[in-house]
Amino acid sequence: MSSISRDDVAHLARLARLAVTDEELDRFAGQLDQVLAAVARVGEAAAGDVPPMTHAVPLTNVLRADVVTPSLPREAVLAAAPAAEDGRFRVPRILGEAE
Amino acid sequence: MSRRLTAGEVSAAEVTRAHLDRIAAEDGALGAYLHVDADAALAAATAVDESRAAGAELGPLAGVPVALKDLVVTEGVPTTSGSKILEGWRPPYSATIATRLAEAGTVLLGKTNMDEFAMGSSTENSAYGVSRNPWDHDRIPGGSSGGSSSAVAGHLAPWAIGTDTGGSIRQPAAVTGLVGHKPTYGSVSRYGLIAFSSSLDQAGPMARTVLDAALMHEVIGGHDPRDSTSIDSPLFGLADAARAGAAGDLSGVRVGVVRELGGDGHTDGYDPGVLARTREAVELLASLGAEVTEVSCPSFDLALAAYYLIAPSEASSNLARYEGVRFGLRAGDDGSRDLDDVMALTREQGFGPEVKRRIILGTYALSSGYYEAYYGQAQKVRSLIAGEFAAAFAGVDVLVSPTSPTVAWPLGARVEDPISMYAADLCTLPASLAGLPAISVPSGLSEGLPVGLQVMAPALADDRCYRVAAALEAAQDAARGHRLLDELPAAGSAA
Repeated sequence: MSSISRDDVAHLARLARLAVTDEELDRFAGQLDQVLAAVARVGEAAAGDVPPMTHAVPLTNVLRADVVTPSLPREAVLAAAPAAEDGRFRVPRILGEAE
Repeated sequence: MSRRLTAGEVSAAEVTRAHLDRIAAEDGALGAYLHVDADAALAAATAVDESRAAGAELGPLAGVPVALKDLVVTEGVPTTSGSKILEGWRPPYSATIATRLAEAGTVLLGKTNMDEFAMGSSTENSAYGVSRNPWDHDRIPGGSSGGSSSAVAGHLAPWAIGTDTGGSIRQPAAVTGLVGHKPTYGSVSRYGLIAFSSSLDQAGPMARTVLDAALMHEVIGGHDPRDSTSIDSPLFGLADAARAGAAGDLSGVRVGVVRELGGDGHTDGYDPGVLARTREAVELLASLGAEVTEVSCPSFDLALAAYYLIAPSEASSNLARYEGVRFGLRAGDDGSRDLDDVMALTREQGFGPEVKRRIILGTYALSSGYYEAYYGQAQKVRSLIAGEFAAAFAGVDVLVSPTSPTVAWPLGARVEDPISMYAADLCTLPASLAGLPAISVPSGLSEGLPVGLQVMAPALADDRCYRVAAALEAAQDAARGHRLLDELPAAGSAA
């Protein structure tokens, strides 16, 4: 089983949209390496042909009737948003200056 | 309390006022609550009194106060999940279980503290400070539902809702001397519960007696079309099972003691006092007529490893919704940063260290090249565990073990050591992974601190948990002449 380096943690944090600090990288790398070593024990199970279990309840395709039901009022939802404008969520710019 | 309310001996407003007074006096020391709205609670209680005076037919729980773990979404009432990223959020809707409790006439006292997004076993991961154990204020109240356990054991609420992903109802109940039940997965609606690990999360009751827990479970349980994983099946007489158990006859009940959870060769990390209380509890069950055998479930040894891959993986996906756009915190939106940077900064500032660790671990376990070895293999281990439960239940009606390997530990002792923190869940994880019902019931004290016995049952056989737990509770109460919680140092008496 592989171990997890400081660079790995930095890469994973970027993928997970976490702007972690240098101090956090130092701390997390060591801790995650320990945790990973512990959880790698799942590899000890002789589970070759065992089907994976995703869920405790065997349910498939739970559908509701295809009818319109009331949803939350727009004002109530936007009232909880960090920024709203013209009845919509306002977000920071998506494209950089050069694009 | 319900009987005295119904008989008109005490009003809902008086009961609510008494609890609010206790909260005002004690919560500064305990830190059980994150939000209390005394005016709203008294108004709700007064409304119950008025309809009762007007002759309305009210349910047995009308006027009984309740506290909710702060990941139960409540319309207009602040809900944080213990996280800075949701500070100040007032949800536009209510969870099904909150609605059901309100419809039963219960009075919301407030929202209780918790480990951030339910990730933890001590409530020290809350962004809003620690909660303390009423038995010893320098010790943890368990977690993640530690605000609920602190409130109920400290008599700041008669009972409370907790949620349990890997043991977060059972372990805090065990270390504070309460009864806590994790229902069969899918039997209590998850609609409006802030998600941590969706295939494991389940809400349930935390109470001072087995019967109270069963009564609360009957209110919140049952099918909910708004939760697509909700089981469309009735609940089987839980309160009746608790009453039957309290009568004390367990003849014909087959009890299996799980060797891998504290039995011979598997005692590393367990307090000797916890193992002694567990042995005594099993002997007591046998004296009530239960047939006791030892059962071996070898894959339970791998439950911890499987859980700490599956839960962080699901969490890394569930917590993607906190991106600073639709609700909650947004950081760094000063016009100089683009959307990606604002998201990353928002999540960096909004999440605490344990949440970040688990998001990173989950992201790793799900990434290409590692998926099969980690997440995929963990899911196979989950199958093995479920299979061993099924095999065990072919021969016994319930399985028992300690709930927590240790008593409550001192605050701060495990904060910087995730592995030792995770070990607190050793006994509770197998039932979580298999989606089975499991209850923790007090089994006595060790070093002056409460110990819990865990009783696990097959899916939808929650009634067996209540029956066996109530039998143990009644026999121990009778033997010692009072309830365990009466031994709480300087225990106050609420209404």
